[in-house]
Amino acid sequence: MSKEPVAVVGIGQTKHVAARRDVSIAGLVREAARRALADAELTWADIDAVVIGKAPDFFEGVMMPELYLADALGAVGKPMLRVHTAGSVGGSTALVAANLVAARVHGTVLTLAFEKQSESNAMWGLSLPIPFQQPLLAGAGGFFAPHVRAYMRRSGAPDTIGSLVAYKDRRNALKNPCAHLHEHDITLEKVQASPMLWDPIRYSETCPSSDGACAMVLTDRAGAARAPRPPAWMLGGAMRSEPTLFAGKDFVSPRAGRDCAADVYRQAGIADPRRDIDAVEMYVPFSWYEPMWLENLGFAAEGEGWKLTESGVTELDGDLPVNMSGGVLSTNPIGASGMIRFAEAALQVRGQAGEHQVDGARRVLGHAYGGGSQFFSMWLVGSAPPHS
Amino acid sequence: MPEVLKAPLVLEFPFTRSLGPVQSAFLTGLRERVVLGVRTSDARTLVPPVEYDPVTAEELRDLVEVAPTGTVTTWAWNHAPRRGQPLDTPFAWALVRLDGADTALLHALDAPGPDTVRTGMRVRIRWAEERTGAITDIACFEPYDGAAPRLTGHDGHFDNAVTGIVAPARLDYTYSPGRAQSAYIDALAGHRTVGERCPACRKVYVPPRGACPTCGVATAEQVEVGPRGTVTTFCIVNIKAKNLDIEVPYVYAHIALDGADLALHGRIGGIPYDRVRMGLRVEPVWTEGARYPDHYRPTGEPDAQYETYKELL
Repeated sequence: MSKEPVAVVGIGQTKHVAARRDVSIAGLVREAARRALADAELTWADIDAVVIGKAPDFFEGVMMPELYLADALGAVGKPMLRVHTAGSVGGSTALVAANLVAARVHGTVLTLAFEKQSESNAMWGLSLPIPFQQPLLAGAGGFFAPHVRAYMRRSGAPDTIGSLVAYKDRRNALKNPCAHLHEHDITLEKVQASPMLWDPIRYSETCPSSDGACAMVLTDRAGAARAPRPPAWMLGGAMRSEPTLFAGKDFVSPRAGRDCAADVYRQAGIADPRRDIDAVEMYVPFSWYEPMWLENLGFAAEGEGWKLTESGVTELDGDLPVNMSGGVLSTNPIGASGMIRFAEAALQVRGQAGEHQVDGARRVLGHAYGGGSQFFSMWLVGSAPPHS
Repeated sequence: MPEVLKAPLVLEFPFTRSLGPVQSAFLTGLRERVVLGVRTSDARTLVPPVEYDPVTAEELRDLVEVAPTGTVTTWAWNHAPRRGQPLDTPFAWALVRLDGADTALLHALDAPGPDTVRTGMRVRIRWAEERTGAITDIACFEPYDGAAPRLTGHDGHFDNAVTGIVAPARLDYTYSPGRAQSAYIDALAGHRTVGERCPACRKVYVPPRGACPTCGVATAEQVEVGPRGTVTTFCIVNIKAKNLDIEVPYVYAHIALDGADLALHGRIGGIPYDRVRMGLRVEPVWTEGARYPDHYRPTGEPDAQYETYKELL
């Protein structure tokens, strides 16, 4: 028996900001869920199950917050489950929800991911002082910066590429009312003049810390037929993982990422992603990850990704727009960040992306990764249902 | 075989919690010695109040005052209070349904012993002398046979409401790095770096984990690596970390010790930060009593060719 086609019929986000001091965690997730239901013109009673995701519990200090969020999400009397795969969790949460629909376990599923980073300090949560171990010498940026240098050495990319990505994403964010950073006076010169934190990564090439939630309503063919607005159809979705560190690990282009993308393309019948995919919303917490992921995801040959960035191909009006929403560089409620990527891909193929809409976007990839470049989740959505 | 190491690991953090409208009213009420519940669509009163109806999922905002007196619905005796608990002498954890409420609130009940506590007994709130807008504004419950006091009929609107609290969390562990890492740390005391070789893929892991993450098999064969190695990639750190006493800028590098199949991380010294490069040959510099090398410095050898370390970035 073939799988049930999965459609996105509702999308809701909070306005992402540094601190939502006016709401509890329950109030934050509720806001995104209500907006997704409103978009789908559905009520709590129409939802069969809830799948929720967030990054480590240490980020808010509420152990298993999903237990107390059941009331806020109308999940009482329904199955509710929690997904956790570090920074990629927003993507894998959506995929777990999608699989429940594809397997005909449930007809309509509410999926949601969130982080309320103002309640804690993510850097503290990620660098606990383990006895006998050498303290981490440099924080998150220090963890990723050597990999960026390795990419520059391997590809021969000029050192200006990172600032081009940051300048583009921050300008895209100005068109997205939900984005956290709205830097109205951004210029390329300002990005390039920002302090070098972990050389080769500058301050303006890093992501902010945000409070936010993102929700989607996923449904089957019958649900899509009743939807008030055009659905986004899932054409392929996959997850892959690999160890944090192992002999032969390629941090610049992890094998799990390549395999995950290949699986998605196979499911969707994509022969040439550069030709067959109209736009990409990918997880870029440090600007240099745009060219790195362009190669890892098969949009450019090894060592060539930076040329797409440099020549303007990834601009909003380019041939392959990347991070139309402003990306993780403009908004980063960690647990929600993956789902925001997936949701942006769906908004684009539904034609609902407003000022950051890519004209004629018919197939868009959403991508998330997390941990030490070890968890990957991706989906490809389209404006037309899958064949078969 | 050296002893497997163990050490205490305490994690503590003061979380800053934003309350939202309902918890804000509830905790501000406690500060003013007023207990608030919330009315549901089926006319029940929930104490402590919640933001969303557990039955209908609708938003709840209708706050009503309940009495500071109530009835124990069930309880358990706590023989040995731990740090941070409401009382430092043995007490009962009790669920108390306050007069006017349909649900019970969990708190401490101060009683002389378990034989003085029973389900159905009447109790009242003992207020803390200093109240800040926190659940600890209720010091505990105490036995009480009198009548319920008259209520003011408070509607939950306060001047100067509490909107956030600090919730300190503390976790106590006993941490052990296990057999393989204990042996690695033991060898470091003699300034030797000892990894383990995977019997299947033959890769040498430093530090060893006791298993190969690629092959999924146990590792046991010890292999001494280094002491010299190659800088495979690095970054220049320009911001001072809170807990580290290192002058910026400094170089944080991935260093592949000779004979190891993956790089470990260290600081590079003994050379201006802007002259560090991929391929630089380095050796460890030890300081008295330190478990790890303080930093690595150039050996003066010619740089390693990229081809020799490109798999070790």
